[in-house]
Amino acid sequence: MRTPLTIRFLQATPKSGWVTLAAFAVLTFIILPLLHLAVPSESPFHVSTYVITLAGKIMCYAIVAVAMDLIWGYAGILSLGHGLFFALGGYAFGMYLMRQIGRDGSYQSDLPDFMVFLDWKELPWYWAGSDSFLWALLLAIALPGLVAFVFGFFAFRSRIKGVYFSIITQALTFAAMLLFFRNETGFGGNNGFTDFKRILGYSITSPEMRVILFALSAALLMATLLLGRYLVVSKFGRVLAAIRDAESRTMFLGYNPLWYKLGIWTFSAMLCGLAGALYVPQVGIINPGEMSPANSIEIAIWAAVGGRGTLIGPVIGAAIVNLSKSFFTQTFPDYWLFFLGALFVAVTLWLPEGVAGLWKRWQARRAA
Amino acid sequence: MNAATSFATAVAENRHDQEWLGGISTGHLAKPGEVDISHKVILYLEGISVSFDGFKALNNLNLAIDAGELRCIIGPNGAGKTTMMDVITGKTRPDEGRCFFGQTIDLTQLREAEIAHAGIGRKFQKPTIFENLSVFENLELALKTDKRARFSLFAWLSDDQRDKIVDTLKLIRLDHEADRPAGLLSHGQKQWLEIGMLLVQDPKLLLLDEPVAGMTDDETARTGELFKSLTGKHSLVVVEHDMAFIEQLGGKVTVLHEGSVLAEGDLATVQADERVIEVYLGR
Amino acid sequence: MRLLLLTLFCWLSFSASAAVDPALVQQLAAEESDDKIAAIQAIAATADPEAAKLLQSLADGTLTAPDGSEIMLNNRIRGELANALAGLRLFDADRAVRLAAARELQTNVGIELAPLLAKALDKETDVQIKALLATAHAQANLASPDIAARLAAVKSLADAPSPNTRNLLLPLTKVDGEPDAGVRAAAKASLTAVERRLAIGETLGSVFTGLSLGSILLLAALGLAITYGVMGVINMAHGELLMIGAYATYAVQGLFRNYLPAYVDAYVVAAIPVAFFAAAAVGILLERTVIRHLYGRPLETLLATWGLSLILIQAARVLFGAQNVELANPEWMSGGVTLMAGLVLPWNRIVIIGFSLLVLLLVWLLMNRTRLGMFVRAVTQNRPMAGCVGVHTAKIDTLAFGLGAGIAGLGGVALSQIANVGPDMGQGYIVDSFMVVVLGGVGQLAGAVWAALGLGIFTKFLEGWAGAVIAKIVVLVFIIVFIQKRPQGLFALKGRFVES
Repeated sequence: MRTPLTIRFLQATPKSGWVTLAAFAVLTFIILPLLHLAVPSESPFHVSTYVITLAGKIMCYAIVAVAMDLIWGYAGILSLGHGLFFALGGYAFGMYLMRQIGRDGSYQSDLPDFMVFLDWKELPWYWAGSDSFLWALLLAIALPGLVAFVFGFFAFRSRIKGVYFSIITQALTFAAMLLFFRNETGFGGNNGFTDFKRILGYSITSPEMRVILFALSAALLMATLLLGRYLVVSKFGRVLAAIRDAESRTMFLGYNPLWYKLGIWTFSAMLCGLAGALYVPQVGIINPGEMSPANSIEIAIWAAVGGRGTLIGPVIGAAIVNLSKSFFTQTFPDYWLFFLGALFVAVTLWLPEGVAGLWKRWQARRAA
Repeated sequence: MNAATSFATAVAENRHDQEWLGGISTGHLAKPGEVDISHKVILYLEGISVSFDGFKALNNLNLAIDAGELRCIIGPNGAGKTTMMDVITGKTRPDEGRCFFGQTIDLTQLREAEIAHAGIGRKFQKPTIFENLSVFENLELALKTDKRARFSLFAWLSDDQRDKIVDTLKLIRLDHEADRPAGLLSHGQKQWLEIGMLLVQDPKLLLLDEPVAGMTDDETARTGELFKSLTGKHSLVVVEHDMAFIEQLGGKVTVLHEGSVLAEGDLATVQADERVIEVYLGR
Repeated sequence: MRLLLLTLFCWLSFSASAAVDPALVQQLAAEESDDKIAAIQAIAATADPEAAKLLQSLADGTLTAPDGSEIMLNNRIRGELANALAGLRLFDADRAVRLAAARELQTNVGIELAPLLAKALDKETDVQIKALLATAHAQANLASPDIAARLAAVKSLADAPSPNTRNLLLPLTKVDGEPDAGVRAAAKASLTAVERRLAIGETLGSVFTGLSLGSILLLAALGLAITYGVMGVINMAHGELLMIGAYATYAVQGLFRNYLPAYVDAYVVAAIPVAFFAAAAVGILLERTVIRHLYGRPLETLLATWGLSLILIQAARVLFGAQNVELANPEWMSGGVTLMAGLVLPWNRIVIIGFSLLVLLLVWLLMNRTRLGMFVRAVTQNRPMAGCVGVHTAKIDTLAFGLGAGIAGLGGVALSQIANVGPDMGQGYIVDSFMVVVLGGVGQLAGAVWAALGLGIFTKFLEGWAGAVIAKIVVLVFIIVFIQKRPQGLFALKGRFVES
């Protein structure tokens, strides 16, 4: 039958999607936490801290990959600066984590160690409120959102598109990286933030806290997928796709592309910020290296490997690339860049629709 | 673009950004259905000139379209027909001249989306539809409704709107193709779909750039009937080469040549005009 | 034998001090350092050639006192001795020796040298040496007890702008450094004059380093502008083509050191064609194997070429090691031209600017005076049409890409002479050179030239004023704002076919 654009979201998602989501929830909320906490470490069923941390990290990456796909796959805008939003979220939450160290740092001062080292006497103004958990969380979402909004407003208003937009986003994250490398910026310079001790007073390295962070990452990933799904099946998503395919036609129909693009762009940046805030306590460090152009462009390849224009694709892509990275950097560190470079080339040349496209083709052949 | 016009554009952009942002009205805002046609004129072009790198695409063009009128525009290639459409729809800013929609809306100060909102619909020379979307979805995107981003998030198709789309589908004879991807339609069907997209926008003024190119004779005749039925309620500007079609439409004809109006009148008068004959046949 | 030598030395030293008061020579062997220094200064003040010989033998450690006792030296005395010797060399017959001595006496000149310098200044005829001596004399006189002498000294220092002069004048503007109000006022005036002239020197220096940075950017951007103009793709591996050029230069240097050590200074010249063809070959390989298949998909090309750049970087690491390699400037490119105090133009940068201009000229000739250039321009402007009139567009793509890559290789040669050569060196230049293309406009050589030089100078000025990081950020913000104001001129050709 005729399917209007604005069909109810619940109807739009197939049953198999809900089942998968439920299975994922059971796995990440119940099974893995139990296997980590309740099963003794001698048991073959024990899930190690390493696995929990790695999985939590990859889920944070997957959120970023989905955020990237929302703007690249659905709106046709390739950002080479998404690492910036991720890192900004991480830094915003990292400020809170630094304050939670309290007087347990090496200098036993109320100030973070790096400030004592720089001989600063008090916190800079932008650190105000950083001892509040809620403020940190708000900042982790609002700051990347604000940066994205302001940048996007000017970029989209002047109709900067395609490779121009990509390169300028790359320049943006590059500039931010240089800024954060400076000690005077007040975010720990080269070393960034590390040596975190606790969140909300609880030890950050305890198994329970690790499991909580892990489950939160899973929850955020699922929420991202659901929200993303809603966005792409809503009229908003269809207009975005229309802008991607024929921007000027869409304008002559009376849609102003600026606000559509700006909306999805800002939303995507905020998702990245939240993912960054969850990522930092799990890996225990944030430094300006996260803002390097190489990191941002790698995010694009996660989405491309998994398959653009699908929501599950980027999740798969983030997992494939990062698991390979863990494998290579431990076993053949010299070959990792060769592999990654080849992956970039191979995916763009032979697999433009990614793994998800491969799956679809395979299913279509089976059906035929 | 010279300094003066770019400044004017900047001012206009600035103003309309404010309007989009906060809804603060600072003048004649583009509100659909509020075109002032008290002087019977719906579109008024005066002294429009546009040049591209020295080439004068439009040269002191003057044109007035009455409300409810059906106007045909003819002219040889390079006469400036498409550029004129670009100026009206905001795609190209004129170097000089005034361009008003009704008595109050200055089109040179608006952006494409705002002009569409104000009630001008355009069909391109080459059919431009969303090939990946279904026919129904194409019409739904075009449907007259609040097209701002924040409304689209929770937009809902009402029964009335659905009925309107279904009616239009019947009118353009695509009701059996509603769920097919638009990219699979024939050329003539695509033309019809684009006309349909124009109709559901419910514009006051329709700009149609070669609407029957690639249609069969039968389709062309039906298109003519459709256009004629629209006059009165809508104003139409049709750019065509097909003289038989223009004859069928039977409205006033304007001949463009080298960016300005060469002759104006009913088809017989225009065809008898010495200068027109020279332009068409003299070369 | 030993006795004989000793006798000989005694005789020599005696004969050397023939024209010098033996009492003074004896004083050199005194207990107290102050006495020794006084003696050295007194001997030097005679400005006699014999005195020079005597002091030189003292410095060499071959002088003994007339009574045969050994003369002990310490560091303080050696310093005074060196100054005294330099002072005496001011009377040498050889101009070069005098010039060198005058240069040596530009810092740490004490009041005790004043009479000597006055004498030398009186005798000197060479203009250049005279100017240096005037500065040295003024410096010496700053500590003079005579107010008039100090005043004259302070005033004449205004003509010798250098950071050293500034440091000398600064304390004299304060009450505890200079008791006389008149001299203080003069010192203040001189200080202002010195600082102004130093500022001019610094400004010119920034313009110059800006020009040399700009010329590197130009070489990087020229290639990018050609490939972007012709094929509409951004080659993210362009920076790595620079790197290949630089490593090719390194390899050529190695060959010269091993097989042609006599001509090692010519290695840079020999590296130019090698780097060009090495980079061009890699570029053509990339175009043939990857980029060609991504035509019409610019965003994917961006990613694929980034992947290629990762592979090239890692390959350089494996082949040459992760550390920076060492490249020496050839003799003729080291040193510099001193235009004025505080403004030295290094030869390597001058050569690079000239080299870039030469490359620019060649590219311009190639694009505007050859058939290949005409084809390239045709494809840039309208690819389908060029294809229709019989231009073999695929071949032009390959050639244009090779040319762009080769120019990047030349940029690598230039870069190797002023920057570190390492596997990551290209990464920093891709954003900058793309900014040049954006600023200058696509497919326009003149635009690229102005943008590159302007961006280079602008960056260097900001660096001097606000530091390198802030400068970079300001430049990026500037470009983003610029695009706001001038989007048409840069991205969109005007006309009815735009974005249809």
